[in-house]
Amino acid sequence: MLYREAGQFKATYVEDSEIFPIRQDKFGIALILAAAFVGIPLLSVAGILADYTFTAILTPFLIFALATLGLNILTGYAGQLSLGTAAFMAVGAFASYNFMLRIDGMPILGAFILGGLCAAAVGIVFGLPSLRIRGFYLAAATLATQFFIVWVLTKVGWFTNYNSSGVITAQKIEMFGYTFDTAFSKYLFVLSVVTVMALLAKNMVRTNVGRSWMAIRDMDMAAEVIGFRPMRTKLLAFAVSSFYCGVAGALFAYAYLGTVEPEGFSLDLSFRILFMVIIGGVGSILGSFFGAAFIVLVPIFLNTFTGFLENTVGIGLPSGISSSIELMVFGALIIFFLIVEPHGLARLWQIGKEKLRLWPFPH
Amino acid sequence: MQFFLEVLIGGLLSGIMYSLVALGFVLIYKASGVFNFAQGAMVYFAALTTVGLVDSGMSLWLAILLTMVAMVVLGLLTEKIVLRPLVAQHEITLFMATIGLTFFVEGLAQAIWGANVRALDLGIEDVPLEWLLESANIAVSQFDLIASGIAAALVILLAIFFSKTKIGRALRAVADDHQAALSIGIPLQHIWAIVWAVAGFVALVAGLLWGARNGVQFALTFVALKALPVLILGGFTSVPGAILGGLIIGASEKLAEVYIGPHVGGGIEGWFPYVLALLFLLVRPEGLFGEKIIRRI
Repeated sequence: MLYREAGQFKATYVEDSEIFPIRQDKFGIALILAAAFVGIPLLSVAGILADYTFTAILTPFLIFALATLGLNILTGYAGQLSLGTAAFMAVGAFASYNFMLRIDGMPILGAFILGGLCAAAVGIVFGLPSLRIRGFYLAAATLATQFFIVWVLTKVGWFTNYNSSGVITAQKIEMFGYTFDTAFSKYLFVLSVVTVMALLAKNMVRTNVGRSWMAIRDMDMAAEVIGFRPMRTKLLAFAVSSFYCGVAGALFAYAYLGTVEPEGFSLDLSFRILFMVIIGGVGSILGSFFGAAFIVLVPIFLNTFTGFLENTVGIGLPSGISSSIELMVFGALIIFFLIVEPHGLARLWQIGKEKLRLWPFPH
Repeated sequence: MQFFLEVLIGGLLSGIMYSLVALGFVLIYKASGVFNFAQGAMVYFAALTTVGLVDSGMSLWLAILLTMVAMVVLGLLTEKIVLRPLVAQHEITLFMATIGLTFFVEGLAQAIWGANVRALDLGIEDVPLEWLLESANIAVSQFDLIASGIAAALVILLAIFFSKTKIGRALRAVADDHQAALSIGIPLQHIWAIVWAVAGFVALVAGLLWGARNGVQFALTFVALKALPVLILGGFTSVPGAILGGLIIGASEKLAEVYIGPHVGGGIEGWFPYVLALLFLLVRPEGLFGEKIIRRI
């Protein structure tokens, strides 16, 4: 009833090829964007949302969602398993840093885009093995990316501008004379970038590029036989995915950490993003956001919960134990999701939509 | 030359220990087609449990025995709770489930025993062999030699187990074709339970040896990650491949660290095996002894 597309006729090709062809979807997206761009700022101005909400929840959520989107393009749409996401993010962050540092008057967005392109180039190089190998062999091979790139960034002084500590303060985000230095303005900056890139991705996966990725994912031999060029398709997937990850990495360093350091981009981060893809839904743009939200929120909930226990019941957990329990809960959740719903939260949303279509008359 | 030999032998000896970890992967992959990423976490769990029990006043042998029981239980539970509901899923899904398992087991180990670095003493001293030092002037650690002796013995034992016993034959049948094995009356679930138990045992041995050598700490799980290039080199389904791959990786990483490392800033041990394996894959995608990949539509 609420979510019914019956009666929404498409009279022109333009209408037929819209990104969100269903009116309710359009309305929903507009509502979410309005809430993100207007609603949350209003709440913040009114003083209801503290800075903490932005620095610890919203900004990381958006950045991780972008990185997840990148990995989802590669793993979910093109079917190439990668464990090197954090390395591509690191490339994006360090390249952006160096563009800002070495070119006078470099606009920050330009640096981010160039950083993303550098990540894409690296992605193509490390995507080359995918032409010969697949599955686990590829996953293990992408570990090479992870370890090698972080090592290069640590050892080659030029990348860190010969900073002895290895931890560099990122430059300020400045655009048109305005400095994005408060938590709130950084949030808006990240939100704008993520919105544009997410819409681009949403559009891309339904074009012939996206379809060729899915063909390669479903059966690469068959795709090759019907005329998709595997080399071009796979490398393009690596390039686009790495571009997204690179920009996400730059945002991660500039808008979230405030520093650019190789240690921020460890194997752990790669896994974390892989989990976001799995929990959100493999091969779903919307799922990337669900997954990122989930993984960002779980530790916060756990912390609040243990804090709550400590205050009310008086059972305090040593900090070491609570971080181990966080690991356990993470692992258990992933297994749980894979068993119960291998297609992730996005699939639950799909089922919900089906139900809404019939509600309140289920027959 | 002596120095070269010393580095080479040291590398080969640590290579055997890599093989030991890789063997755990191969066992499970062969029998159930699951790429068990949690093998590293199992190694860590085993080492930490043993040390924890010893530290709480137990004798070493009793602790090892109890850990063995714990590892078998862990393996059986994994098979029952994680893998059985996921039967017939895509193998990537299974792989991701084992990544989840990795986090769970690591968290479990740390929640029980704490995350501190602990020392494990097996009663073998880490000193150079005297007679070799005197006769050829090559320093080879006694501990490494004994450890690789144990590893080699285990490998031979497993090879015999696989080729001579009834269970071993059943294992190979299952590895070859699940359906066919089922149809001639091999109980698939029992076989998987046995495989997971054996993998737990291998993890225990690897955990003890690595733990005694480097201290029982979280970094043990990274040692297990090193088993991945070993597997790539040797092929995922081959026991001899795991051994030879381990030797190649162990020797080449030490040689690279000593001879190439100083020119590029050192610390290349961390990624050299992966890049080596990657380059190797470009030439031979199925590894040294892996089954030739035949793909049909």
